[in-house]
Amino acid sequence: MAEDLVRVSDRGLYCQHGDFYIDPWRPVNRALITHGHSDHARMGSTSYLCHIDAKGILRSRLGEDALLETIDYGTPVKIKDVYVSFHPAGHILGSSQIRIEYRGQICVVSGDYKTQADPTCPAIEPVRCHTFITESTFGLPIYRFPENHVIAAEVNEWWQANAAAGKVSLLYAYSLGKAQRLLASVDASIGPIYTHGAVEALNAVYRGCGVYLPETIYVSNDVKKEVLGKAGALVVAPPNTQDSLWSRKFGKSSDAFASGWMRVRGARRRRSLDRGFVMSDHADWPGLIATIAATGAERVLVTHGYTPPLVRYLSDLGIDAQALETAYTGEEEERKEQIAEHEHAADHEHGEEQ
Amino acid sequence: MKAFVELYKEIDRTTKTNEKLEALVKYFKQASDSDSAWAVFFLTGRKLRRLVPTELMRQLTISLAGIAPWLFQECYDNVGDLGETMALLLPDKQSEMDLNLTEFVEQKLLVLRNFSDLATAQLLEATWLELDIDQKFIFNKLITGGFRVGVSQQMVTKALATVSNIDANVVAHRLMGHWEPTPQWYANLLALETEDAAVSTPYPFYLAYPLQDEPETLGDINEFQIEWKWDGIRAQIIKRDGQVFIWSRGEELISERFPEILTAASRLPNGSVIDGEILAWKEGDVLPFAMLQTRIGRKSVGKKLLADVPCIFMAFDIIEIGGVDIRQSTMKERRHHLLSVLTPGQCDEAPSCRDTLSEHLRVSAQLMAGSWEELATMRLDSRKLKVEGVMLKKHDSIYGVGRRRGDWWKWKINPLSMDAVLVYAQRGHGRRASLYTDYTFAVWQEGKLVPIAKAYSGLTDEEIRSVDDYVRKNTVEKFGPVRTVKPGLVFEIAFEGIQKSPRHKSGIAVRFPRIARLRLDKPIEEADTLVQLQGMLEVYGK
Repeated sequence: MAEDLVRVSDRGLYCQHGDFYIDPWRPVNRALITHGHSDHARMGSTSYLCHIDAKGILRSRLGEDALLETIDYGTPVKIKDVYVSFHPAGHILGSSQIRIEYRGQICVVSGDYKTQADPTCPAIEPVRCHTFITESTFGLPIYRFPENHVIAAEVNEWWQANAAAGKVSLLYAYSLGKAQRLLASVDASIGPIYTHGAVEALNAVYRGCGVYLPETIYVSNDVKKEVLGKAGALVVAPPNTQDSLWSRKFGKSSDAFASGWMRVRGARRRRSLDRGFVMSDHADWPGLIATIAATGAERVLVTHGYTPPLVRYLSDLGIDAQALETAYTGEEEERKEQIAEHEHAADHEHGEEQ
Repeated sequence: MKAFVELYKEIDRTTKTNEKLEALVKYFKQASDSDSAWAVFFLTGRKLRRLVPTELMRQLTISLAGIAPWLFQECYDNVGDLGETMALLLPDKQSEMDLNLTEFVEQKLLVLRNFSDLATAQLLEATWLELDIDQKFIFNKLITGGFRVGVSQQMVTKALATVSNIDANVVAHRLMGHWEPTPQWYANLLALETEDAAVSTPYPFYLAYPLQDEPETLGDINEFQIEWKWDGIRAQIIKRDGQVFIWSRGEELISERFPEILTAASRLPNGSVIDGEILAWKEGDVLPFAMLQTRIGRKSVGKKLLADVPCIFMAFDIIEIGGVDIRQSTMKERRHHLLSVLTPGQCDEAPSCRDTLSEHLRVSAQLMAGSWEELATMRLDSRKLKVEGVMLKKHDSIYGVGRRRGDWWKWKINPLSMDAVLVYAQRGHGRRASLYTDYTFAVWQEGKLVPIAKAYSGLTDEEIRSVDDYVRKNTVEKFGPVRTVKPGLVFEIAFEGIQKSPRHKSGIAVRFPRIARLRLDKPIEEADTLVQLQGMLEVYGK
């Protein structure tokens, strides 16, 4: 068997024939970025290549000075000895699978992906390849997620009931991707929509890329939080604001969290929230299996998540599957984002107090 | 069925008592008598006899989900609840089902009793395909008898009282004992006529509140009736219409398990209900609780066991006399009645030296203490006397319902404690299903750690998460759900009693172990030794 086109080094996924890294976790010369979540797009590299729509997100993550090049979906470029092209991954705005071809051998690095519809980004397009590198965040068959419109209807119903009872609907969702997907999916005629600063900043980036989002109002110091219940407002905020001073000031409220983990009762109850909506930007089990099958890959390398069961399952199917140790830590990706946002929110809170 | 599942979801979502109560009231208002009867049955924790072997359900789920058994196991390990794991893995709903709760119970659950494995499998499969994920979960839980919901019997009682405008105490009384969930039963439950207490029905137990402050805060000691707090099984003896019934606080009819008490109680006058504690008792002394435990598990008691572990009823209250409910009389009056019934012809404040109706019916002695200091000194003898401390009951207190703050107090002795090392961990259940929350602790014996106790409560959520993290990072070996953990964490374990136990490797069993605190300040070398515990056994464990 030929040597893998992409292997793990101490800095990230490395393609030797193209001399570049994909989503490196330490500074490198040339970085190709699948999407803008913090554990995939890290600071310090000399140059970056990402999808056009990921540029705004990366700019906010990496700073003004980072050297950012962009590329559109399905446009091959030659880097050293390999052909590289980006393809929709359906994860968040600008998220890409990266296809690498060298002497007829094709490897696809999928980054993170999902198969459910998402009004804020194009649907995943599985790419035929020999080797497929997949995530496994929800790599157990207990994780099956409803279609987007089903969850949207549940959120609308919950919001409507709260509005009727004069309660604020506090919806916690990761500020990059999930928040915008929810905003674009809910029925904005139910009431006014407010957002936390972390969410609002990314809303601007999404709108800048031409993604339609309903009107949102940033919860600034001038907003009288205690009257939002009467107005039947929906407030979208990052998960780390749950139980913070910031969210307690809304008065009578019902709170909810949108995440794939909400599929399991224990996870729902541990968060002690009124509701859990089963919505994820990661592939569920059927999504993983269908996507892997559609690539036709004979070799599958599994990264962050429930790696061992997925590897074993694929091996049982006769696929050459192996675990790949990366620094993307699946479950923790979202946690890390929370920490980053938490620091941001803490600064913010300080600003308010002064 | 749909309404019942919605009720479950509403209760499950919230931690607020008033929202739970609201959901219950809403349900009972719209449900038929027949559905309400079943709802009360399930909500108060009553179970259908196990209808289907769990293994059959597991096999069927594996085949319907089209996955390998190892993958099922992997999922179960992550979810921590079998009924939920199956619900999550089974195929989505394919058609609608429109049955009310009664129809559902009759057509989907009770019929399973008479079915062959094949017919059971067919019915299960067909039913699963008609249910959404929440309904599947409830269905699975009802089949396996694992249905639990976050409401107390008291809350259900309150909701029923609200719906019917009947006094909550009457509802509580009617809910006790044996009943079949029929529409007639439900109608009677909420009937306005209240002179109906069935012959065997016990009263709801009145419970004491733990005393946390200094006893002086209770005021004048002379206002209290003081007794030892016996460590046995709280029970009520009922004698009505010539029949005797013994009910445990868990609302189990346990008459047959204590034939000596049953015989003794047959001498009580008709229309008597006596409250007290069942104790293992020999040669004028109480035996350790572990001995009593050998009696609890047996439905029928052999001669040898009867001779080795004779039991008595230590009476401390009377709540019905001559067929009249006297719960509203004062403690002082009831004590007087208790003595007059159990020691007829005599009326003495200290009856323990007198004869009662039978040696198997004793009256709990009153302790005489002139001051709180004096009582505190007496209480120090508790461990030696194998009691848990003292009970303080206001002379003017009525016999209430449930646990109320104010009239009855239990002043327990401080627990024993040891410092032990975490050696095994297992995932919890329910809310904590995906965290390692069930621990086994060990103490030192000649340089090795011997397991001494299991405990799973007493930590804050944050501490649980940090211990969970430690367990995941320091797993040495996995045996099924159990992880062997590299010794590194010391916990202070509190417990109520200590006994010799040949069944345990350490030779010692402790009672009611729980985590008092996490001792991050203690290196594992400084945990206690088995020799130290054997010393404790000498002092307290006879």
